[in-house]
Amino acid sequence: MIDHILNTAEKLEPIARGKEISTLLAGKVLMLLFFEPSTRTRMSFETAMIRLGGSVMNLGSVEASSIAKGETLADTIRVVEGYADAIVLRHPKEGSARMASEFSSVPVINGGDGAGHHPTQTFLDLYTISRESHLEGAKIALAGDLKYGRTVHSLCYALSLYGAEITMVSPKELRMPAEIISDLKRLDIKVKQTDSIEEVIGDVDVLYVTRIQKERFPDPDEYHKVATSLQITPELLENARPQLKIMHPLPRINEIDPRVDYTPHACYYRQSFYGVPVRMALLSLVLGALE
Amino acid sequence: MTENTAAKHELRVRPIENGTVIDHISAGQALNVLKILEIPGSSEGVVSVVMNAAGAHGKKDVVKIEGRELNVREVDRISLIAPNATINIIRNFKVLQKKKVHIPEYIEGVVRCMNPNCISNTMEPVNSKFDVTSEKDRILLRCKYCERVISENIAEHLL
Repeated sequence: MIDHILNTAEKLEPIARGKEISTLLAGKVLMLLFFEPSTRTRMSFETAMIRLGGSVMNLGSVEASSIAKGETLADTIRVVEGYADAIVLRHPKEGSARMASEFSSVPVINGGDGAGHHPTQTFLDLYTISRESHLEGAKIALAGDLKYGRTVHSLCYALSLYGAEITMVSPKELRMPAEIISDLKRLDIKVKQTDSIEEVIGDVDVLYVTRIQKERFPDPDEYHKVATSLQITPELLENARPQLKIMHPLPRINEIDPRVDYTPHACYYRQSFYGVPVRMALLSLVLGALE
Repeated sequence: MTENTAAKHELRVRPIENGTVIDHISAGQALNVLKILEIPGSSEGVVSVVMNAAGAHGKKDVVKIEGRELNVREVDRISLIAPNATINIIRNFKVLQKKKVHIPEYIEGVVRCMNPNCISNTMEPVNSKFDVTSEKDRILLRCKYCERVISENIAEHLL
């Protein structure tokens, strides 16, 4: 199923780039229900729908809606399903998308549920790795905040399907949760943990960097020390494999030196673009326009 | 010591005439079984509790309830905290039926998710839902909504 979505995304890439015109989803309406701020997810879903000839409706501001009057999510979904052919939901509570699907007769796509999952991000991360490197047996390092970052949690499980070798690089305060490590080991995935980026940089095909949030550290000096120790610089990359690709879900603050943007290793802006063909594939498949 | 006095010393809990004996409860869980059955509020008859009794596989608890038989929902809830328990239905001092509790594969509205940010812990019109699995004598409950797993102190999360 995952491979089918990735293959479909690749076929739709010329449309995502505006090189071909499509009316695949003409007459279809996508409802974006975003209860939390979002830039890339919301905009790439909008772009995906418009590129395929469909239309997009928005919830607008939560403060000016019926939700502010105390309406339940279940009731909002029951109403909105009458207006749209599919719903994308971002909500602060874990499990919200699954619950919404119980009340909806139209497909609900999880656009991020609290600290839970962000599956379309995972699909676009997999797509990026397959387009820019290779998925089967890839050597991947995940660096940064591995404790709270939901993108790396979901990505780990997805990578386990492709027999990846995963190295977790983080300060001890932000280690990957133990239950995820034990799940991966149970799945026979090779997992290493370290706090040194220098140790692994010469031995990986993909380096996936996540943002370390300042508020996770009570002491600003400690934050600065940790953030600096994991910063990706051109000097660090002198020891990298030539084919190394660097990914980041964005926004980045200072974890990747801007000089890295001009090296062949940087692929985070293309990664962001890949969100469009991947979401086009998902929309086409859930709306039954493609099989 | 007379024979009669010795018998008195041996008799810790008397047999019941009609009702239910819940045997092989994991040691230390008897009071949680009473909580599940809402005893004493829900029963008129005498209830006896034995804790830390010697069993074939180590220590166990036993609960005897006069004049009451359990429904399926109650047995399902007991199975979560005492997966090896047996339910004995007693009529006229005899065991009419004896069966092991069955651990359900799925439970709804029985346990509260331990994740305070789970959608099932809000005002939404849904029951909590869990998939139930067991691993080395431990019961694992995975929330159908947020996927958080409860593996310890399940009794504390019972609704």
